[in-house]
Amino acid sequence: MPEIIRNGRVEPDDWDESALLTLAQWKLRRLQPIEAGERVGVRLEPADDPAEIASDLDRLQLVAINFPKFADGRGYSSAVLLRTRHGYRGELRAIGDVGRDQLFYLKRSGFDAFALAPHRDPHAAAASLGDFSLRYQGSVDDPLPLFRKRLATAPVR
Amino acid sequence: MYRYDALDRQIVSERVEQFRDQTRRYLAGELTDDEFRPLRLQNGLYVQRHAPMLRVAIPYGLLSARQLRKLAHIARTYDRGYGHFSTRQNLQYNWPKLEHVPEILAELATVEMHAIQTSGNCVRNITTDHFAGVAPDEVVDPRALAEILRQWSTFHPEFAYLPRKFKIALNGAKSDRAATFLHDIGLHFVTDAAGEIVIRVIVGGGMGRTPIIGHVIRESLPWQHMLTYVEAILRVYNRHGRRDNIYKARIKILVKALGVEEFTRQVEAEWEATRDSPSVIPQEEYDRVAAHFAPPGYEPPGDEDHALAFQLGADRAFSRWFERNVHDHRRPGYRAVTLSLKKPGVPPGDASAEQMDIVASLAERYSFGELRVSHEQNLILADVRERDLFELWHRARAAGLATPNVGLLTNIVCCPGGDFCSLANAKSIPIAEAIQRRFDDLDYLHDIGELDLNISGCMNSCGHHHVGHIGILGVDKNGAEWYQVSIGGAQGIDSDPALGQVIGPSFAAAEMPDVVEELIATYIDQRTAEERFIDTVRRLGIAPFKQRVYGKEVAVA
Repeated sequence: MPEIIRNGRVEPDDWDESALLTLAQWKLRRLQPIEAGERVGVRLEPADDPAEIASDLDRLQLVAINFPKFADGRGYSSAVLLRTRHGYRGELRAIGDVGRDQLFYLKRSGFDAFALAPHRDPHAAAASLGDFSLRYQGSVDDPLPLFRKRLATAPVR
Repeated sequence: MYRYDALDRQIVSERVEQFRDQTRRYLAGELTDDEFRPLRLQNGLYVQRHAPMLRVAIPYGLLSARQLRKLAHIARTYDRGYGHFSTRQNLQYNWPKLEHVPEILAELATVEMHAIQTSGNCVRNITTDHFAGVAPDEVVDPRALAEILRQWSTFHPEFAYLPRKFKIALNGAKSDRAATFLHDIGLHFVTDAAGEIVIRVIVGGGMGRTPIIGHVIRESLPWQHMLTYVEAILRVYNRHGRRDNIYKARIKILVKALGVEEFTRQVEAEWEATRDSPSVIPQEEYDRVAAHFAPPGYEPPGDEDHALAFQLGADRAFSRWFERNVHDHRRPGYRAVTLSLKKPGVPPGDASAEQMDIVASLAERYSFGELRVSHEQNLILADVRERDLFELWHRARAAGLATPNVGLLTNIVCCPGGDFCSLANAKSIPIAEAIQRRFDDLDYLHDIGELDLNISGCMNSCGHHHVGHIGILGVDKNGAEWYQVSIGGAQGIDSDPALGQVIGPSFAAAEMPDVVEELIATYIDQRTAEERFIDTVRRLGIAPFKQRVYGKEVAVA
């Protein structure tokens, strides 16, 4: 079974990525009820607007965002919008051309699961999640900019 | 200037370790060229014609003497004893070895410097007025907000893989010395009727292949929302900017495609949804950062006026330098001084390690230990007492740093060009040098008066040729190097910015000094008493210049 990084740990992947529905497939599927025990996951491409699944998020067990090329950064904004604007709390997975040097930014943008390309070692990659212990700006993982923390810890004058 | 606290230091040293490991993995074959490329670029490391090129960030152009000494040390230890100051107020080393770069970054970190995001498709080094804090026409000192924006953009997780590079410039003075209308985002700080700082937001300007003057998309944004609004702009751009063609990927193309009105509507809608986030800047944070830019310990003005007047009257060379390279200051008794990196025979913007050490000493002795890099590729001592000017001039002249040509034709702004850069179509440094040699008569040069001459070796426009009063662009024609000439551009310091107009077919390198001479001769013949070159071009258009240049026998491609 392939492995993924989920919540910082390497685990066996319990999803078959090929079973994920494209946005177009989901738009057809969404009209039918979901059976008890059935798990539905949707895969978004870089150009897909996350607003299109905003009202369905409580019915989805997984949203995957595909990175056909790691240098195409649209998926970062899609993730931020899903987590903040649309309030998605389920598993948000980065798939496609995802490598260890993207993980820190992906995690900050709201991803909690990462399916690396098969030739990449997820155990070595998971270490990169801790590349930085501090962040200047707020994002999904921690909305407070560093300046809010500086003020909170500043000595009272 | 801004000094790191323990948190800033930790972030930069963690970056050094991250890049050390990335370089190790690349050299061990664990990362492919394609995988390593964006990682090295986001640390300022290009692979160039001869060797890697490392671009070190000089945030908003501000340096301490100690930092400059470190840059000199790095030039000596890891490079060939010099560095090149760029039009984005950064410093470039042309000859470092890849395996040394992690060590260079570690050295930089010891003086609170780095090469973060000096390249790559991310938010680049933020630039501003090189006279920030001392300019008489300044309304708001832009440096505190520049630093706050620098911190916000550093390792921003959502905007590290934008469609293309992203450049932001800030201005807080009446004159725009930061070319804010020619950046992806330009921010003007002004004050409203209540005396509060508000921001005029300009988007979608730029040079390059498709030069465009930016558009004001918001007249008056409360400063507290600088970060939330920039975030909204970047999110719209990150999602919708073109990624299929790198020549159409800058935000200016998106603004043009959507129309300014629709682009603005999308930004405003995004901002409405996010404006009340914790990224709103608190007054306390502004005050904390602004305290780093408090005025230095100025002395009250003395009676040095007489001495200065005497020196100016007695020494023609000094008065010439004073006229061009010394600038007004908001404090009586003080002046800002440009140390010229435009000595004929030296590539514009280049400084040797020895010169850097000398400038560091001059900054310590005469200007509170700080200096600035200007986007015209010179160094500025911003706080010099008038009584020290004569002595400073002597020392600067001995070090080859007192060429009295600021604002004149030979103060050429020039990219590294085909001698160094692998993107270039043509060489630019030899063209600059040939023109400087042709105009080596100082009296004639001063008679010609104010003139910006800019040279870029390719359409990427690092030499800002679009806004040169005379702009020269290197082009490739069937493998040969040719030069296209435009006139009438203006960076917009004391008027609206303007893009130059091409005068006609391009020229061979050897013809360029003649072409410039004909342009100048046309101006001299046609000018009225008060007119600068640019004014004459504006009044007459390009026709008489074109006629004179092409009427002569010149090689035309």
